[in-house]
Amino acid sequence: MRIAALILVRIAWLAPTLAGLVAIVFVISRVIPSDPVALLAGETASRAQIELLRQKLGLDRPLPRQLLDYYGQLARGDLGTSLFTTRAVWDDLSARLPATIELTVAAMILAVALGIPLGVVAALYRNRAADHALRVASVAGLALASFWLALMLQLLFAMDLRWLPLQARITGFPPPPITGFYVIDAVLEGNFERLGNVSAHLILPAVTLAVPALATVVRFTRAGVLETLQRPFVAYQRAMGIPAGLIVWKYVLRNSLVSTVTQIGLLFGILLAGAVVIETVFQWPGIGAYAFEAILHSDYAAVMGFTVYAGVVFGIVNLIVDILHAILDPRGAAA
Amino acid sequence: MRAARDIALKLFRDPSAALGLLIIVGLVAVAVLAPLIATHPEAVWDMNPRHRLLPPSETYLFGTDRMGADIFSRILFGARITLTIAIVAVGAALMIGVPIGLISGWCRNWLGEALMRVSDIFLAVPQIVLAIAISQTLGPSIENVILALSVTYWPWFTRLVHAEVRTLRHETFIEAAIALGVPTWRIVALHVLPNVLSPIIVRTSIGMGFTILTASALGFLGLGAPPPAPEWGRMISEAREFLPEAWWSALAPGLAIFLVVMGFNLLGDGLRDVLDPRIRRGNPGR
Repeated sequence: MRIAALILVRIAWLAPTLAGLVAIVFVISRVIPSDPVALLAGETASRAQIELLRQKLGLDRPLPRQLLDYYGQLARGDLGTSLFTTRAVWDDLSARLPATIELTVAAMILAVALGIPLGVVAALYRNRAADHALRVASVAGLALASFWLALMLQLLFAMDLRWLPLQARITGFPPPPITGFYVIDAVLEGNFERLGNVSAHLILPAVTLAVPALATVVRFTRAGVLETLQRPFVAYQRAMGIPAGLIVWKYVLRNSLVSTVTQIGLLFGILLAGAVVIETVFQWPGIGAYAFEAILHSDYAAVMGFTVYAGVVFGIVNLIVDILHAILDPRGAAA
Repeated sequence: MRAARDIALKLFRDPSAALGLLIIVGLVAVAVLAPLIATHPEAVWDMNPRHRLLPPSETYLFGTDRMGADIFSRILFGARITLTIAIVAVGAALMIGVPIGLISGWCRNWLGEALMRVSDIFLAVPQIVLAIAISQTLGPSIENVILALSVTYWPWFTRLVHAEVRTLRHETFIEAAIALGVPTWRIVALHVLPNVLSPIIVRTSIGMGFTILTASALGFLGLGAPPPAPEWGRMISEAREFLPEAWWSALAPGLAIFLVVMGFNLLGDGLRDVLDPRIRRGNPGR
């Protein structure tokens, strides 16, 4: 019951939080020094034409009125029209979403698949060479500027060794979309040549994106496992003569993962933030690069759309994490 | 005073924390002494086309960039920008975030709740998204980067302080102070604040590193200090078009960022161990 109440309260708060976020970005994006309407109308447009366009877009109304209009629009599920691409922001974002999901999921898989075993190893060899090395590596992983790491990897693997492609999602024309996830599409069509092509493009951006997330997973897993190892049930299982490997990799890990699950929200934040910069460097056609271009073009409808979109996704992920946590560890639900 | 000495001693005993401290002291020294240490202080802002894109050598330790400026000297002067941005932005975030956290943690009424909701709004998207939007809107300058970073970082301090104050309120010594009729401002300033100082210090160190990373990303995206300024992120983005030939022009500024952020992270880790034995190297502080 408490869990249900918690979920309801959290869902109820999601809408006002997002409304506040919209208001903040709305105010910020309207203080723009450059005039987006003049930009859109082009250099040859007369002043009268610009004013006409401004009225058509509703940009001549007072700011609070525009904000209310925008809320109404959002409530109908309409994110507006991009001034730059002249397409619906919703369509732009959905067309680019698979690229970002593919990249983020690949990075997440890398981070979790490597991070959890490495974190367990660090905890088991506490204060020994392996632990020290992993600690230094994970602090270093959090200290790297992602755009610089991206450039250095491009320099080494794409420009110098020429093992991997420099940028973009695919060499040649994009294939007709089935799911929009190039890797999955290639598997579905059984086109292994293209699978190799798109996988090779995925490696560098995914590795770059995974580095800070990996460092985070290692640290949390280490801390979680160390804490669990102190618990009496571990001593009991040892006394019972259960093999050490089984204790660690089954019972201890399962108990430590409760705290790791809580961090998925954090990981997701790291990945989403990283995507904006990394997609720009690798010319990865996802929503992060879209948001950055929109900001550069003062395309406020697209900026707002992305912000709302990121806010919704972020909010939902955090909500799911809270629910999972409440289910896994009901003691915390009251807080 | 004794407590401060104990902490310092413990920090020096932890090799990685000591290394972090050393890096930061080095950064401050470099920033202050830049005109003295720089091998070509005159070539930081001036164009010198005849010497452009020279590889590292004895004359030009880290090579020269597309303008013919000495990259080593530029990095030294860039330390000033980096340090200014980090100190002012994190300082401002502290000034905003800590008082709001104290109020919202102490007042268990609509005010406390409302303040937390406001900080939640700022945490509803990743920091860099909001920071990009703000600095793009205001135009590229160091001041605007500082503004964008402080406006987006304060909620982290608020959340931290809020949580600590909530737990502290139930401590016996606080309840005793309330029962004795000590004025609220006095309880908060003299009894609550000193007890939340440790996590604030840890968060400040890690926040400095994180802020330097975000600031350099803004610089890289062209939203930081305008062109001639030797901002590290911008130096990397300017080096991009000369890759792979002039690899050195991208390498050195990135290593500088890495070293400095590493310094703050190591120090933050060490401080956490020394100041707050309850938490052991878990949260990296994003």
